[in-house]
Amino acid sequence: MTYEQKNLRVVGTRPIRHDGPDKVTGRANYASDFTLPGMLWGRVLRSPHAHAKVLSINTDKARALPGVKAVITGADLPLPPPGVTQAGESAINTQHLAKNLLARDKVLYDGHPVAAVAAISEAVAREALGLIEIEYEVLPHVIDVDEAMKADAPLLHDDLFTEGVEPRPETPSNIAKRIVVSKGDIEKGFAEADIVIERTYTTKAVHQGYIEPQGCVANYAEDGQAMVWCSSQGQFVIRDLCITMLGMEASSLKVIPAEIGGGFGGKTTVYLEPLALMLSKASGRPVKMTMSRGEVLRATGPHSGSSMTARIGAMKDGTITSAEVVIKFQAGAFPGSPVGAAVMFCSAPYDIPNLSITGYDVVVNIAKVHAYRAPGAPNGAFAFETVLDELAHELKMDPIDFRAKNSAVEGSKSPYGPTYGPLGGIECLSSAKNHPHYKANLGPNQGRGVASGFWINIGGQSAATVVVNRDGTISLVEGCPDIGGSRASLAMMCAEVLGIAAEKVRPSIVDTTAIAFNDVTGGSRVTFATGMAVVQATEDAVRQMRERAAKMWDIEVDQVGWRDGAAQEMNGNRSLTISQIAQKAAKTGGQIMGHASINAAGAGPSLTTHLCDLEVDRETGKITILRYTAFQDAGKAVHPSYVEGQMQGGVVQGIGWALNEEYIHDENGRLENAGFLDYRMPVASDLPMIDAVIIEVPNPNHPFGVRGVGEAPIVPPLAAIANAIYDATGVRMRDLPFSPPKVLAALEAAEKTKANG
Amino acid sequence: MARVVLSGDLGRRFAGGEVEIRVEGSNVLRLIKALEERYPGIAEALESDAMAVAIDGIVYQDAMLEDVGEEAEVYFLPAIRGGR
Amino acid sequence: MAKSHVSTTVNGDPVEFLCDTAETMLDVLRNTMGLTGTKEGCGTGDCGACSIIVDGRLVCGCLMLAVEATGKQVTTIEGIGAPDRLHPVQQAFLEDAALQCGFCTPGFIVAAKALLDRNPDPSETEIRYWLAGNLCRCTGYDKIVRAVQHAAAEMKGQPA
Repeated sequence: MTYEQKNLRVVGTRPIRHDGPDKVTGRANYASDFTLPGMLWGRVLRSPHAHAKVLSINTDKARALPGVKAVITGADLPLPPPGVTQAGESAINTQHLAKNLLARDKVLYDGHPVAAVAAISEAVAREALGLIEIEYEVLPHVIDVDEAMKADAPLLHDDLFTEGVEPRPETPSNIAKRIVVSKGDIEKGFAEADIVIERTYTTKAVHQGYIEPQGCVANYAEDGQAMVWCSSQGQFVIRDLCITMLGMEASSLKVIPAEIGGGFGGKTTVYLEPLALMLSKASGRPVKMTMSRGEVLRATGPHSGSSMTARIGAMKDGTITSAEVVIKFQAGAFPGSPVGAAVMFCSAPYDIPNLSITGYDVVVNIAKVHAYRAPGAPNGAFAFETVLDELAHELKMDPIDFRAKNSAVEGSKSPYGPTYGPLGGIECLSSAKNHPHYKANLGPNQGRGVASGFWINIGGQSAATVVVNRDGTISLVEGCPDIGGSRASLAMMCAEVLGIAAEKVRPSIVDTTAIAFNDVTGGSRVTFATGMAVVQATEDAVRQMRERAAKMWDIEVDQVGWRDGAAQEMNGNRSLTISQIAQKAAKTGGQIMGHASINAAGAGPSLTTHLCDLEVDRETGKITILRYTAFQDAGKAVHPSYVEGQMQGGVVQGIGWALNEEYIHDENGRLENAGFLDYRMPVASDLPMIDAVIIEVPNPNHPFGVRGVGEAPIVPPLAAIANAIYDATGVRMRDLPFSPPKVLAALEAAEKTKANG
Repeated sequence: MARVVLSGDLGRRFAGGEVEIRVEGSNVLRLIKALEERYPGIAEALESDAMAVAIDGIVYQDAMLEDVGEEAEVYFLPAIRGGR
Repeated sequence: MAKSHVSTTVNGDPVEFLCDTAETMLDVLRNTMGLTGTKEGCGTGDCGACSIIVDGRLVCGCLMLAVEATGKQVTTIEGIGAPDRLHPVQQAFLEDAALQCGFCTPGFIVAAKALLDRNPDPSETEIRYWLAGNLCRCTGYDKIVRAVQHAAAEMKGQPA
């Protein structure tokens, strides 16, 4: 489908979201809000060690405890056939997933599940966990990515040989993969440069931080039919992973999507669901499982910590001639970090003739990492955009002008290969340059930082059904969980095509037996791809209604048009509303239902530029964000309030990542800050208002010009804040997070250097 | 004939480095067939779920029947499926 | 272990329940009474998703033992607003798009109501500090703060 400029009456407005009233009254049901009669409570026993051999597991005492109905260990979950399942952002190795669900001979991180129990109450289940006897032989562990790459590092897997290196290494290592993106000749490019800057950066593992912990209820019946009620970013992926793990048929497992309390990429895989199904099967009873916050932080997908070196060269006139970047990502206990995206996208806002970007995927003794909003891109942008800032300073160029001079535009070659279509990068930069924020005065110890970001956005598989009701209302059926207002944006696109009010369309997100497979809510794809399916399904319904009107008028269908929610006779003035057509549906051929099932291509990338003002307290090292403005190309903002919301939310996650959030491990590799008190996410009093400026450069491949918006906003903040700290203090900080003790230490070190120098 | 670029790991594995080649094939299925004749084994890698294809700058997560124009630019790249 | 018998008032209704001494008010609300609008995000009093009002005070349901409810007036999200009319804070959250996933929303609405009950005209800074015990990971708080300002204006009979 292609973009067409038209007068819009619903798209671009701000109606109240359809699921809003349920969510402000407490009616909306999330994963843990569901109960079944006779339900048991399941809990997981987790490894207290970062790396250890499991010598023996004895569950006899737990099984003997009154009220315990089932106990399972890794021995009860046979390894599935080797293979790869697509689970949203990345391919999941099925055998690794099984070993992550329940450890077998080895535990690989603090929090790795080793057993699970189901009992008549949560208290009995907890007591039973304490009766399971496990003998461990503790092994040396490694968490830091640079340490893990050393030849003498403790080895997590003795069958892991680096992919992407020719010839294949003969000895196993923790380096799972090497990825290279390159073009031109970097050394020739550096030779042309008048100035070359090379810097090294580190970031710590961070968590998605969704407020709703993982939870589910499973019910496995005697005939092998089962259901799971859970919150996820995609009920179909949960189903497919569960059936792969348990050897079930797809039609035997119904996954019912609960409301989801945040995901940010972290809820595109399974942790509890297969265990709950196994416990339900073993006990013959429904089983509910919910994680504690500590379990969420220890054992669900953090995002990779990283170590990066960026070297960029530019000529005196500001032309970037060459860039070389090396990016190393923690993968967690099993291979599969999002380092590929960091490699492909760190330089993507720019048109640079000579590039070499290398990524390493490295296993370490923390939970297997999982997607986190624009997975990998913020790390890469942190390194790249701060070196750009240093270059702009050295060249005495305005940082926005410097970026604009090197911006990729339509027709530029992307670093990952394909030629770009229309892009909003220049528009974001010029909008930022001309914004009052960029001209506002700053006080002492205050600074301003600029950074840009890129996210590719994706399409993928989506289905939608448009059911026309007798009273003229529409039931819109779709299969992508609504994390941030997608029900509203989808219903609005349906209403726009029909020419009716958004409130007349009622969207429902249905279970895995009620619609065809849908990819996950991820990759900023729902408003784009599911939106396209909704538009096509609605057009299908309109076509059918025009046919019915033609039959009712006894004229040819090509004599019937569609406008304002009604069929219109083209050579006359008769019209028939949706309800008038629907009431006669039984006589004109049966009920009317539009349908589309598509694999959407042509998602348009998002470009974004951020401005950040902050103040550094020289006595405490505390950083206060004073003002923040994000400029982003949304293609078309279907519901501008929720586009702004995505931008504001992404910015604030980025601020938390930059200023406070980090995984802290003790010398035994145990996570020390496994709670919200110590894993410090931003709260309301930490922040100013976040200004969101929406820019609309239509995506030519969507009927309303939609690009994705959800991920790009988390890409620039790390660098924008680092650059602002420099502007405020003259100190370059390159190791995240910029927490008060580290800021203070950096300021003191700079003072010392100055005094000695 | 379409212009196909095998970059990064693909180029190294099957063509001894990055290559840009002219290949006959009016859609992705036919294009991959032609590539397989030139670089045996490459079809399996290209058809994997982990790969996406970009035709004239438009990225397809899963492509088979998409048209490939006479002067089209075709890239095979790792599929990115996003986190939000 | 014998259970304790508790008589209390929840959302205006007299309620009796039996609970283990170790059970929290949050557990009893959710698992015994089926009032699942109050959410558990952390269980340690850090996220505010379980915010409830007890005798006029804003508390975390996860930090209060259920036996402490004896003789108290407890208000949960289910007790805010009426069937024919949402509370102005609820209405403002809808109109200002102050929720995304919605999981933290009941806690924010309970906390905001408790704020406006005692301070009908809070400054932005007062709102931000009052709500600092409630975590939201989706919105960046901007639209939440604006919704509370909006609700305060509505409650004073002024257009926002």
